[in-house]
Amino acid sequence: MRTARFLPWLYLAPALLILAFFLVYPVLSTLYLSFFDKNSERFVGLANYIWSFTSKDMQIAFRNNLLWVVFFVSITVSLGLILAVMADRVRYEVVVKSLIFLPMAISFAGAGVIWKFVYAYAPANRPQIGLLNAIWTGLFHAKPIGWLVNRSTNNPALIAAGVWIWVGFCMVILSAAYKGIPKELLEAARIDGANEWQIFWGVILPLMKPTLAVVTTTMVINVLKVFDIVYVMTNGNYDTEVIANRMYKEMFHFHDFGRASAIAVILLLAIVPIMAANIRRFQEQEAIR
Amino acid sequence: MKRVASRFLARLPLHAVLLGLGLLWLTPTVGLLVSSFRPPDAVRSSGWWTVVAHLGDRAQFTLANYREILTAQGMGRAFVNSLIITIPSTIIPIAIAAFAAYAFAWMEFRGRQVLFVVVVGLLVVPLQMTLIPLLRVYNHLRLAGSFVGIWLAHTGYGLPFAIYLLRNFFGALPRDLFEAAFLDGASHTTAFFRLVLPLSVPALASLAIFQFLWVWNDLLVALIYLGGTERVAPLTLKLTSLVNSLGQEWHLLTAAAFVSMALPLVVFFALQRYFVRGILAGAVKG
Repeated sequence: MRTARFLPWLYLAPALLILAFFLVYPVLSTLYLSFFDKNSERFVGLANYIWSFTSKDMQIAFRNNLLWVVFFVSITVSLGLILAVMADRVRYEVVVKSLIFLPMAISFAGAGVIWKFVYAYAPANRPQIGLLNAIWTGLFHAKPIGWLVNRSTNNPALIAAGVWIWVGFCMVILSAAYKGIPKELLEAARIDGANEWQIFWGVILPLMKPTLAVVTTTMVINVLKVFDIVYVMTNGNYDTEVIANRMYKEMFHFHDFGRASAIAVILLLAIVPIMAANIRRFQEQEAIR
Repeated sequence: MKRVASRFLARLPLHAVLLGLGLLWLTPTVGLLVSSFRPPDAVRSSGWWTVVAHLGDRAQFTLANYREILTAQGMGRAFVNSLIITIPSTIIPIAIAAFAAYAFAWMEFRGRQVLFVVVVGLLVVPLQMTLIPLLRVYNHLRLAGSFVGIWLAHTGYGLPFAIYLLRNFFGALPRDLFEAAFLDGASHTTAFFRLVLPLSVPALASLAIFQFLWVWNDLLVALIYLGGTERVAPLTLKLTSLVNSLGQEWHLLTAAAFVSMALPLVVFFALQRYFVRGILAGAVKG
C-alpha cells in the first residue's frame, strides 16, 4: 500500500501541535525560568537551585519525601505482595481484592476528607468523634492526640492515608504476576519437601522480581509527586511539607517563579531515570508477549 | 473429621489477616457514608459507630446534609462542572491520540521511530514542569478560568500516554488483516475507521475509563488553571475549599466528599474489569 506523502502528517498534526505547545515548550521554558529571579527579569545563575538545597523549608520537604519513599513504598509493595499471595488461597478472593482496590477509584481530595475525619480531634472532656482518637482514648485511657498537628505523628498519619489508597494498585499488579507462575513449579517444590515459607522466598519471590521492580519504581514516582493528600489534609503545615506542595506555594503564595521553576526541574531530574527504566521494562514485557 | 478441623485451624490466621485487612480498608469509607446521613447534633456529640445501637430509629438519619451541600454550598453546580470538564477532556485526547497512534503503527514515513520515541519520552514529564509557562500563556489568552482552557490542558497531559497505549494495541493487530483490506482497495482512512477502531473497543474503553477517572479526580490541574473561579470549579476543587471554610462541620464535609466519590464508585462497580485494566495500563503514566 503506497501512502500519500502528506497523509501521515495529517493524522499526526493535531497530536504533535498540542504536544509541542503543552509539553515541549513549557518544559524548555521552565528550565530557562529557573535561572532567573522571582519576576523572571534578572539572570541569577544557580541561586534558585542553591536556595532549593539550603533553605529550611525545602530541607523539610526533602526529608519528608524521603520518609515517604522509605515507608510508603516499602509498606505498599510488601502489603500488596502479601495480599496477592494470601488472597489467592481463599474462595472470597474477589471480595477482598475489591475492598482493598476500592480507594483507587476515589479522588485524593475525597480520601483526604475520609482520613481527616478518622484523625479528628476533640479536647479530652468532649466526645471523640474521630475513630482513631475514640479507640486511643477508649482502649488505652490515654489523652486524645491531634494526629495531624503533632509533629511526631502527622507524617506517619499522612503516609497511612497514602498507603490506604495505593495498596490495592500494588496488589492487583502483583496478583496478576503471581497467577502467571506455573502451579506445577510450586507443587514440585512441595513434593521435594519445601515448606510454604521456603517456597515463598525460594520460588515465588525470585520469579516475581521483574514485576516487583515495576511496582516499586511506580510507587517511588508517586511519592516524588505526592501533592493532593498533603495539600488537603495539612497543606504542609507542622513540618509535613513535600516538594510538590512547596512548588505550588512558591508559585501561588510567594509568586516566586524562579524558585518554583527550580523545584520543578529538580522533580523532573529525580523522576527521569526511574521513569525511563520503567518504560524500558514495560516495552520489554510487551516484546515478550 | 480431625483432619478437617486441623486444616481449618491451620488456615485460621490466613482468614483472620484477610478479613481483618478487608474490614480495616472498608471502615473509613463506611464512617464517611454513615456520618453524611446523620443530623448535625448527632455527628458533633457521638461517634458514627454509635448508630449501631439505634439502627431502627428514623430520627437518627437525615438527607438534610445532602440538600444543604448540593444547593447552599454549591456542590450541585460543582457536579455539573465536573461533567462539563471531564467528558470533553476524555473524548478529545483519545480521538486525537487514535489518529496519531494509527499513523505510528501502520503508516510509512520518515522519522517514524524517532518521533514515537520522543512522544513516549514525554511520559516522564511531571505536570509541575509545565504549570508556570502555560499559566502565563493562559492569562495572556484569557484561557485561565475557562472550560476550553482546561479541556486543552487535559488533552495535552493525556496525549503521550494515550498515544503510547493505543500505538501498542494497534500495532499488535494482525498484519494479514491490513494486507487483505489494502488488496481490496481500502484506503488508510477506511482501514482506520472500519478495521482498527472496531477491533480496538476494549483498549479504547479501558483508556476512556482511565482518562475519565483521572480528570474527574484531578485536583492540581483544576487548581492551577481554574484557580479562584467559583463558577467553573469542579468537585475536587469545591471539596477542598469546603474543607477550609467548613472546618469541623463534619456532617456537611462527609456528604460533600461522598458526592465527589459517587460517580467513580458507580464506574468502579459497573465496569470493574475495564477499570482494572485501565489502571494497570496507566502504571506508566507520568
